[in-house]
Amino acid sequence: MTVPIHLRHDETFVLNLGPQHPATHGVLRVKLTMDGEYVVKAEPVLGYVHRMHEKMAEDGTFIQFMPNTARMDYLHALAFNHGYALVVERAAGIEVPERAEYIRVITVELNRIASHLLWWAAFLLDLGGFTPLLYAFDDREKIIDLLERVTGSRLTYSYMRFGGVCNDIDDEFITGTRDFIKRLRSRLPRFYHDLVTHNIILIKRIKDIGLITKEQCRRYGATGPVVRGSGISYDIRKNEPYSVYPEFDFDIPVFDECDSMARYMVRMHEIEQSLRIVEQALDKLPDGPVMGKVPKMLKPEAGDFYAAVETARGSLGHRLVCDGGKNPYRLKLRSPTFSNLSLFGEVAEGMLLADALAFMGSLDLVIPEIDR
Amino acid sequence: MDTSIWRALIYLAGLLAFAGLNAAYLGWCERKGAARIQRRIGPCEAGWAGLAQPLCDGLKLMSKQLLVPEGVDGIIFRVAPVLAMIPAITSLVVIPFSDNIGARAMELSVLLLFALASLSMIAVLLGGWASGNKYAIISSARAVSQNLAYEIPMLLTVITVVMLSGSMNLREIALDQQGGFWHWNIFRLEHGHFLTMWIAFIVFFICSVAETNRAPFDMAEAESELVAGFMTEYSSMGFGLFMMGEYLNIVIGACLTTTLFLGGWDCPFGLTPGVWWFLIKIYILIFTFIWIRWTYPRTQIYRLLNLSWKILIPFSLANLLITAALIKVF
Amino acid sequence: MERQEQTRRALLALFPEVITTVIPIEAVSAEQSEVAPREPGVIVTDFARTGSSLDVLCRPDQVVAVARTMDAEGFFLEAISGVDWIERQQLEVLYDYNRLDGQQCRVLVRTLVSRTAPVIPSITRVFSAADWHERETFDFYGVHFQDHPNLIRILLPEDADFHPLLKDFMP
Repeated sequence: MTVPIHLRHDETFVLNLGPQHPATHGVLRVKLTMDGEYVVKAEPVLGYVHRMHEKMAEDGTFIQFMPNTARMDYLHALAFNHGYALVVERAAGIEVPERAEYIRVITVELNRIASHLLWWAAFLLDLGGFTPLLYAFDDREKIIDLLERVTGSRLTYSYMRFGGVCNDIDDEFITGTRDFIKRLRSRLPRFYHDLVTHNIILIKRIKDIGLITKEQCRRYGATGPVVRGSGISYDIRKNEPYSVYPEFDFDIPVFDECDSMARYMVRMHEIEQSLRIVEQALDKLPDGPVMGKVPKMLKPEAGDFYAAVETARGSLGHRLVCDGGKNPYRLKLRSPTFSNLSLFGEVAEGMLLADALAFMGSLDLVIPEIDR
Repeated sequence: MDTSIWRALIYLAGLLAFAGLNAAYLGWCERKGAARIQRRIGPCEAGWAGLAQPLCDGLKLMSKQLLVPEGVDGIIFRVAPVLAMIPAITSLVVIPFSDNIGARAMELSVLLLFALASLSMIAVLLGGWASGNKYAIISSARAVSQNLAYEIPMLLTVITVVMLSGSMNLREIALDQQGGFWHWNIFRLEHGHFLTMWIAFIVFFICSVAETNRAPFDMAEAESELVAGFMTEYSSMGFGLFMMGEYLNIVIGACLTTTLFLGGWDCPFGLTPGVWWFLIKIYILIFTFIWIRWTYPRTQIYRLLNLSWKILIPFSLANLLITAALIKVF
Repeated sequence: MERQEQTRRALLALFPEVITTVIPIEAVSAEQSEVAPREPGVIVTDFARTGSSLDVLCRPDQVVAVARTMDAEGFFLEAISGVDWIERQQLEVLYDYNRLDGQQCRVLVRTLVSRTAPVIPSITRVFSAADWHERETFDFYGVHFQDHPNLIRILLPEDADFHPLLKDFMP
C-alpha cells in the first residue's frame, strides 16, 4: 500500500496501542498519531516490564545470573543461556567438552524451532486466523516435552553451566527428537504451507507491507530475520562461528523483497534448516562428559569481553566487564529486538493501522527482551 | 389468511423460541465447530457434549454488572444492543419455513428484510459512537462502510431473483422453485439462466458473510487490532445482546439464501417437501459460515471494499443485465 | 584481517599526535593499566579472546568523528554501554561497531568522562540506532548526550530521579 499523497497533519488524533493490547505481544505501548486510519507518527514507549537485570548481574556471582538469562527472551531462553555461558567461558578460559557442545546445539536449535512456531501462531492470530495457533502449539508441545525431559523446565530454561550443561541426554530423548523431526517434516507442507503460506488472503495481507531497506537496517543496527528478509546475509552462526556450528551443513535463508512476506519466508525456511542441524547433530553426537573443569569460585581476570550468539530474533550480545572479583563488574545485554523495534517509528509512517500491526508482527517482538 | 388471535400468539411464541434457541445454540455450534477444525474438543463439561454451555454462559452474562462508563451517551449506549436484536427477530416474521408455516407472507417482504438489515447497521454505528472510545469509533466507521459497500451487490442479485419470480413476496419466490433442484434459482435450467444464476448465488453468499461481519470480513470486531471493536465497552447483557443479534443475523442470512436460491422448503428430488428440508439447508449454510470463519485470516479494509466495489458490483450488474435480456428474449 | 587493517588505518587518522604500535595482548592486563593510564589510540586485540578486533580509546569530543569514520567504512552500531569506575571517579561509555557484510570486524570504542558532570556529544545524526541506546545510557548512568533529539528516560518511569547502574546507588 503506497503512502497517500497528503497526510493531514493538523487533523490527527492520538491512539494508544497498549500497554494492554492483544497484538503487542507483551506490554508495549505505541503512541500512534493517526489521521483516520493512517499512521502519521508511531512512537514506541518501553519500560513496562523493566526489571533491571543488569543490576542483578552485578549483585550476584556469575552463576547466580544464569536463571535471569531465561527470563528475558522466554521463547528462546536456551540461546540466552548459551550467550551468557559463552562470554563467561571466554573470560575465564574454560574449555567445554565436545558432547556438551553438541547437546547445546541440539537444544538451542529445538528451542529456535519452538520460538518460530510460536511467532507463526501469534502472527496469524494478529491477522485474524485463529486456527494456525492450535496447529503450531501441537508441534511446540512435543518440543517442550522433549526439553522438559532433559532440562526440567518447560519454558524458562537454566540448563547450561559454565563448562557444559548440567544434565546429560538419554536415549529416549534421542529417539523422541528423531520422531519429532520426522513428524514436523511431514506436517510442514500440509498444515503450514498449503493452508497458510499459500493462502491468498495472507499473501495479500503481508506482501509489500513494511518495506525495510538495507540502509535502514544498517542505520538502526537491526539483525536476524529482519535483515535476512532485506537481502543481507548476516547470521552469527556463519559470520562469527561459535560452539560446533562450523561442523554442520546448513544454509542461511535470505530473501530480497524486504517486505513482511520475505521475513515470514525466512523464518519458515529457518525452521527447516534447524531441523537439518538437529538431525546432523544427533548423527554425530560423540560420547564423553558433559561438564568441563570449572573452578569452584569463578574469578575471571580483568578485561572487557564480548560474545555474540544468534537467537531466533537476531544477534544477542553480552558485554562483560570483569575486574577480577567474583561478581561481574558490568554485564551489558545487547538485545536484538531492542534494535529491531527502533526502526518501527520510521517505517510505520504513512501505513494503515492494520498494516502497521501486520508489520509489527513480522518483526517478532518479545517485550521482556527489550525491557530487560 | 386466518387472522385469529391464537394464530398470532402461537407464531409469536414459536418465533421467539426459534430466535432464542438459535441465538443460544449457534454459539455452541460455533465453539464445537471451531474446536474440531482446530483438532480439539470444545465445550464438553457442561452437560452432555457441552449442551448446557449456552445456558451457563447466559447465566454468567446476566449475573454481571452492566457497566456504563462515564462519558458515554446514556440513552444511546443502553438502546444500541436492543436495537441490534430487534431487526433480526422481526425479520423472522416474513420467512417462509414451509408451505403452511410462515407468520406473514407480505407482498414486499424482500424490501422489508433489507430495510431491517440497514436498521441493524445503525445499531452497530450507535453502539460504537456512544461508547466514547476511539477504538469503538474506528470500528463502527469500518463497519458502516463495509455494510454499505456490500448491500449494493446483495440488492442487485436479489433484484435478479425478483425479476425471475415476478414477485417480492418470499413465499411466492419459494413456491416458484418447487419441484426438484433443477427448478431452484441457483440452477434454473430454463431459458439459459443457469449460465449466470450460480454467480448470483456466490455473490449473494459472499455479501451475506460480509453483512453479518463474519471472518474474513470481520474488521468491525477485529479482535487483535481493536480489542473488541464497537463492543469494547459493553459488558453483561449488552454484550450478550450484540452477540445474539449477530448470530440471528447469520440465521436470517441463511434463511434468505435458502429461500431465494435453494428452493426454500423443497426436496432436491421433489419428493417430500417440508420444513425439515428448509432447516437442513439453513444449517448446512450456517456450518459453511463457521467453517470459513475458522479457516481464513482477516482481509484488509481497502481490499474488502475493493472486492465489493470493483469486483462484486460489476459482476452483479452484468448478471442483472444478462438476466433481464434473457427474460425479454424468451 | 584486511578489513581490520583498513579500519585501523582510517581510525588512526583521527589520532595524529599519538604514535601507536600493535601491542600484543599480554600487555593489556589489569596490572599494566593500573600502572599507567592508557593513551588515546587504536589497539589491535585478539578476537578469539575478547570478542573485538580493534579497541579504540578516544576523547569525548572525538566520539562523533569516530562514528563518522565507522559510518564511512560501512559499520553498524551494535550497542552503547556505560561502565561506572567509581574508584577513579570516571564513567566509561563503550560503543560497539560491527559489520553486516561478512567481513568480520568488531570495533570497541571507549571514552571516559567525569562522574560528576558526564557530557558527551550524541551520534544520533550519524547512526539512528544511537537514539535509543543513548537514552538507555542516560537512563542508567545519567550521561548527558548533547544534541540528542529526545533525551528522556526510556526504560525507567519518566519521573524517576535516580540512575540505577551507578555503583553508589542504593534503592
